[in-house]
Amino acid sequence: MEIFVQQLINGITLGSIYGLIAIGYTMVYGIIGMINFAHGDVFMVGAFLALIAFLALVAIGVTAVPLALFLVLLIAMALTSLYGWTVERLAYRPLRHSFRLAPLISAIGMSIVLQNYVQIAQGARVKPLPPLIQGGYTLIDNDVFIVRLSNVQILVVVTTLALMAVFSWVIARTRLGRDMRACEQDLKMASLVGVDVDRTISLTFVIGAALAAVAGIMTLLYYGVIDFYIGFVAGVKAFTAAVLGGIGSLPGAMLGGLLIGLIETFWSAYFSSEYKDVAAFSILIIVLIFLPTGILGRPEIEKV
Amino acid sequence: MSAQVATTTVATAVPLLAVRGVKTYYGNIIALRGVDLEVHDGEIVTLIGANGAGKSTLMMTIFGNPRAREGQILYEGRDITHMPTHEIVRLRIAQSPEGRRIFGRMTVLENLQLGATIADPARFEEDLARVLRLFPRLKERIDQRGGTLSGGEQQMLAIARALVSRPRLLLLDEPSLGLAPLLVKQIFAAIRELNEREKLTVFLVEQNAFHALKLAHRGYVMVNGEITLSGTGRELLKRPEIRAAYLEGGRR
Repeated sequence: MEIFVQQLINGITLGSIYGLIAIGYTMVYGIIGMINFAHGDVFMVGAFLALIAFLALVAIGVTAVPLALFLVLLIAMALTSLYGWTVERLAYRPLRHSFRLAPLISAIGMSIVLQNYVQIAQGARVKPLPPLIQGGYTLIDNDVFIVRLSNVQILVVVTTLALMAVFSWVIARTRLGRDMRACEQDLKMASLVGVDVDRTISLTFVIGAALAAVAGIMTLLYYGVIDFYIGFVAGVKAFTAAVLGGIGSLPGAMLGGLLIGLIETFWSAYFSSEYKDVAAFSILIIVLIFLPTGILGRPEIEKV
Repeated sequence: MSAQVATTTVATAVPLLAVRGVKTYYGNIIALRGVDLEVHDGEIVTLIGANGAGKSTLMMTIFGNPRAREGQILYEGRDITHMPTHEIVRLRIAQSPEGRRIFGRMTVLENLQLGATIADPARFEEDLARVLRLFPRLKERIDQRGGTLSGGEQQMLAIARALVSRPRLLLLDEPSLGLAPLLVKQIFAAIRELNEREKLTVFLVEQNAFHALKLAHRGYVMVNGEITLSGTGRELLKRPEIRAAYLEGGRR
């Protein structure tokens, strides 16, 4: 029971991070129908920018943790957005009217470029960040087990929930969200009513990158170490989450992220941590056999 | 850039829309073989022709998607051939396209809000009330998703979505397609009313040649990517080749 509660807490934390990254995959897929394979690496860049920002803030004497955290959040989100925007501009937009696989190949190339760029610029070694947020709450403490909910975990989950609430509101209620949904449903018609499609696509990449940056910061705070390769594994997991939830569906990405996080943690706890990835991907395969469009994905059943 | 001068009162010789020698290709296949036509301010002009003649391609070429490979498209004398689609819309040209293209997973209201993308947001309520008066059916369905509407309602929505931005030039691609005769009548009556009351210029693509030619001031006939005939609606209705090809069951 204690193990279960502890793993539930860990799984939700991990799932929140996956969910934030998965939104970027699902949004881009929804609008232009491509898988942005560089998105995991944009997340990695976000984590590095956050680390650099932390160190820079400490160097100039900003040591109050809440203030530093807030500033890092802003800086990393802004700069990572710029990366997301640039990637789309350089690698995808010129290929928009090319054959379908072209942007996909370009995305894989972009992923390699970002990884090697960070490896060269920052070195291949693992980069640590001393724990900034310590402490937490002991929920259960009998003689055998201690179930703890750390402050970092609270921060991760609360930030994720808040961001997802804001993001859902933007999509459902604002003009930008409406334009994005219009582009998602019919790019050509969206341009016929006067929506600037290129700008909307750019903003999609910007928002996706900003959310990935937050995931990067959370990873940095939660694990305390990052390296240039974290984008690959996290990217594949988040992509799996997006597919599991139903690619193109935003609630699906959040749900999928949560599920992948939970499957992974529970499998590690009860079976073997070496095979946790196998477990996550197996569940994906099983779900896709019975629900080819994912859990919340919709089959096209509209009147034409 | 766009000089919003009241050109409606000044009788200018410059047509509102002029298509000059436009050739459009899909890959290497030619779809428009050098089309010339004009639409003047305040007119209803119709373009009729058989399936696959290139009518819808012309409608989309006017909006730059696909782009004309040769020739020019002029709006109030200004070359818009290479302008991005969303900027062409900003010149107050609206289209209700082939196949209606309703945003099916959005409500009727959201579809209309999108239609008003280029309009002044402060006047949205007023514009909305205006189109809902024209199509009261949409008012009952305002919070329903576009995809759940009937075909006729979707057609009304497509036209309303084009009208809500207060266009000067309205392009309608087969508004009568798949609709019951009574509804076709209603929609054509609405077009006439808009033209007479609000001086809306209409460029109408139709297969329903009889209704279209009766409604229009002038008409063009397109065959295989070329304009083969033009004249006033009445003239064209009398032409034997038109009667044979488009009005009497496709006898040749």
